[in-house]
Amino acid sequence: MTQTQTRPTTEPERPKPTAATAMRLIVPLQGVVQGRGGLILGSLIPCALFYFLQFYLKRHRSPNPSSDPPSPSTPSSNLADLPRTSSRSNLSSRGSFGPVRVSSRAGSLAKADDSTYYIGLNKVKEDPYHRTNNPNGIIQLGLSENTLCLDLIEKWVSENLTDSIMGSDGGDLSISGIAAYKPFDGMTEMKVAMASFMSRVIGKAVSFDPSQIVLTAGATPAIEILSFCLADHGNAFLVPTPYYPGFDRDIRSRTGVELIPVHCRSTDNFVFSITALDQAFNQARKRGVKVRAILICNPANPVGNILPRETLYDVLDFAREKNIHIICDEIYGGSIFGSEEFVSMAEILDSEEGDKDRVHIIYGLSKDLSLPGFRAGVIYSYNDSVLAAAKKLTRFSSMSTLTQRLLISMLSDTRFTQEYFETNKRRVKEIYDSFVAGLKQLGIRCSESNAGLYCWADMSALIPTYSEKGELELWDKLLNIAKINVTPGSACHCIEPGWFRCCFATLSQEDIPVVIERIQKVAETCKFPS
Amino acid sequence: MTRTLPRPHKLSNSTSPTNSSGGGTAMRVIVPLQGVVQGRGGLFLGSVIPCALFYFLQLYLKRFRNDPGDPKDPNSSSPPPRTGSPNTSPSNSAGKLTELSGFPRSLSRSLLSPRNTGGPVSVSSRVSSILKSGESPFYLGLKRVEDDPYHEVGNSGGIIQLGLAENKLSLDLVEDWLDQNAREALVGGVANCEESNSSGIASYQAFDGLMELKVAVAGFMSQVMEKEISFNPSQIVLTAGAIPAIEILSFCLADSGNAFLVPTPYHPGLDRDVKWRTGVEIIPVPCRSADNFSVSITALDRAFNQARKRGIRVRGIIISNPTNPVGNLFNRDTLYSLLDFAREKKIHVVSNELLAGSTYGSEEFVSMADIIDVEDLDRDRVHMVYALSKDLSLPGFRMGVIHSYNENVLAATKKMARFSSVSAPTQHLVVSMLSDAKFVEKLVKINRERLGRMYVEFAGGLKKLGIECTKSNGGFYCWADMSGLISSYSEKGEFELWDKLLNVAKLNVIPGSCCHCIEPGWFCFCFTLLTEKDIPVVMERIRRISETCKFQS
Repeated sequence: MTQTQTRPTTEPERPKPTAATAMRLIVPLQGVVQGRGGLILGSLIPCALFYFLQFYLKRHRSPNPSSDPPSPSTPSSNLADLPRTSSRSNLSSRGSFGPVRVSSRAGSLAKADDSTYYIGLNKVKEDPYHRTNNPNGIIQLGLSENTLCLDLIEKWVSENLTDSIMGSDGGDLSISGIAAYKPFDGMTEMKVAMASFMSRVIGKAVSFDPSQIVLTAGATPAIEILSFCLADHGNAFLVPTPYYPGFDRDIRSRTGVELIPVHCRSTDNFVFSITALDQAFNQARKRGVKVRAILICNPANPVGNILPRETLYDVLDFAREKNIHIICDEIYGGSIFGSEEFVSMAEILDSEEGDKDRVHIIYGLSKDLSLPGFRAGVIYSYNDSVLAAAKKLTRFSSMSTLTQRLLISMLSDTRFTQEYFETNKRRVKEIYDSFVAGLKQLGIRCSESNAGLYCWADMSALIPTYSEKGELELWDKLLNIAKINVTPGSACHCIEPGWFRCCFATLSQEDIPVVIERIQKVAETCKFPS
Repeated sequence: MTRTLPRPHKLSNSTSPTNSSGGGTAMRVIVPLQGVVQGRGGLFLGSVIPCALFYFLQLYLKRFRNDPGDPKDPNSSSPPPRTGSPNTSPSNSAGKLTELSGFPRSLSRSLLSPRNTGGPVSVSSRVSSILKSGESPFYLGLKRVEDDPYHEVGNSGGIIQLGLAENKLSLDLVEDWLDQNAREALVGGVANCEESNSSGIASYQAFDGLMELKVAVAGFMSQVMEKEISFNPSQIVLTAGAIPAIEILSFCLADSGNAFLVPTPYHPGLDRDVKWRTGVEIIPVPCRSADNFSVSITALDRAFNQARKRGIRVRGIIISNPTNPVGNLFNRDTLYSLLDFAREKKIHVVSNELLAGSTYGSEEFVSMADIIDVEDLDRDRVHMVYALSKDLSLPGFRMGVIHSYNENVLAATKKMARFSSVSAPTQHLVVSMLSDAKFVEKLVKINRERLGRMYVEFAGGLKKLGIECTKSNGGFYCWADMSGLISSYSEKGEFELWDKLLNVAKLNVIPGSCCHCIEPGWFCFCFTLLTEKDIPVVMERIRRISETCKFQS
């Protein structure tokens, strides 16, 4: 306050209304501060602004302010948090032994899950279905995992394990090969093996360059590391909806990056349009949020459709026009069971020249090789700075050497991978066909799907009200009465209520009648009241 | 500014716009409102702090702006268009400020940039600051060794690695065990998922680690700490190495702009681990050779108060016990006073006990868990980091452990473990390794003996050259005082010697300044990658350098 007291001497006397006076003062003073000097006057504006901020906060504060730290997502609450915490620590009495507090970002994470996606998953953990041991347990249709071909993996591991880890001739080289420190971003052999595997699986005609690969402990950290690299706290990514419910936690929780949903509709089979992207981009700009990238999932999760070639070109043009990055999540690139052709972004870029450095591809072995336990993720980027930064950040999430050794020999065994893919495609297709046929008998239609380990079912006829509330009621019924855990569309930010994602790749043929019967029971009760 | 118009309206009855100057009127409006808003008072803090902050922000912006064009003016309606890709100047030390400043600047840029610039797309400023930051000698040295590593017969003129904390002294034991048991451990793992419902190696696991492994790790930790401490497996979270364990704890305990106190010298990697992504700062608390580099509460208190004066909120202390790189141990009294300090300041204590199983001296190692067991008032503020990389000589396995007594921290770390989880085959292998109690006992015992022997030899060799080491009781390092050899008693002199050691003598060591040691001339020699045969070679190389150094001076 002492600083501001001296201000009147520098200003002319004004007996006019305060608002006008303030304006007269502020405008020239701005100039003074920013050009030549005058710290006092520059402080008036922030005082006023700050007052309004405090006023706003006070009004919107929940009844118990101390236990509810502001969420770290919006930049404005971040600003508010800063002086408040510091003043609190200054004023608090020295010796009071209150409980020690965690950071506000951890505070929001430590709270119980609020997303239906995680609630469902936890529920299944408590009471999982088993054909003989627990026939009344909850059937897991919420986790995108593939157990159809585990027998092949098991056979391979039992035949090749010793050789892959210890080396066929044993010796000193191999033990220090798995025990010693290795580059955090993965061994070179592993990158070479991964590059050729990716060419075989997702690129077909494209060759991937091992030096553009960064390996991480799963696709989840791969996406997080990319988010750290591409955006600052408060920036945003555009994401076409419905999107994978895990993105919210993967991307937002630690990086502070926002996700802006770009809504897609069932009439377009949930393929996004450039108009919608453009609209979302402009709206974000109006809100003052800087969009740094667009995140697309191809083949899409949860819908299971494949983006057509033209759409990929359009996205590329859009990103160029707006000068933003593109993150392509192609983790299901090898899980195609339909007739449609999958086009990788790498293939598009292969034919393009120049300006590739805005494209980054995410890949992993959790889905295509059904090895989620191995925690193998890939960042494939065309941007040298991103690669350099991502390599440095892999210190926080690197793959164990043991796993890398195993995978090097598994991925290099082309006969095995070939056989695996053929068998896997056939088995996924079979189970998909019978699952969709089962749903169809109940009058439930699925959107057209060619890839993935899930189908995207329209149960809007079963929901009591055409709203999110109705959808959640049905989800609750399915979970607690029918004992089936599916992912409701709202968890995927779908704007049309009544859609559900059902992952079928952990089922066997015998389970399908059980699932369909359980859904039928619920469906009957639903149709009755309406 | 139009938004400020309704303000005097509301309060016109409390202010008399008659005689006072405009500024005074504005203050009259703002000041009482401040008080009203904050409930009781605090009008001074409520307004002075934002004013000061904003002033510094403006000053900062002004200083770092390089284009002489119109300054950014929120009121002007026709700002000059900007082309190209201006890059914000990121400085990691002022994370808070850049965050604040980045927001309005990038906003205006995106509004102004012409539609079709097609310029190169930029990476985030937090990452470009990582990329730009100059490599410290620690990392430069490691790179040099990679290019030209010493080998007894293959490359006898290569660089000898004394800068990487990796232990190969007992690798033969681990190898023997793996030869005999790896197959069984892993194949059994895959088969599991077919027989029962328990998870195999291929399918999704809990991100924070298998319960079997947590139980095994808890048992192993009690065994290593050599006390009757029991660890509760449900208070353990597993991560892919100790580095993410520390990072996750930093995320959980501090917000961006907060700080941790860390006694120096500390391990050079810690800066990256704690600061890079979390935006948390490290405030070094200098320790001196006169105290054998042990931390004093006075120094902690001073650092804490200085930070407070700078407006930085300290959220915790990170200690390493046994200390890394010095190798001394915290005694019971120091740990108690540390806890008292933390209680008084209401901050957390992170105790990094990575090297607990690698102690070899006569002194007793006291774990933080031991202290807490007796005095459980403050369990909530104590968190431990542990890893299997050092004590089992398996850094490639990437197995870190967070042990916390705080429910909230545990809940949050479990969720963050999704970003850094251990692969299932590795977990299965380590479970069976740790369950082999006889093997583990033998490994730890022999490893300690070998470490002790190497330390004595290495320190003895240095002593013959007139170089004194601090007395070490654990860890892989000799912390040696080479201030007699540096040309000037300063950081510069130290770097010159380091450079000579690396390029002339072909020895990669860590200079003390990388560990933020305030006394120049200390160097860290990691001896666990050597064999006993290598020691004379190393000593001979040092001797040659020390002779040239003495000559000059």
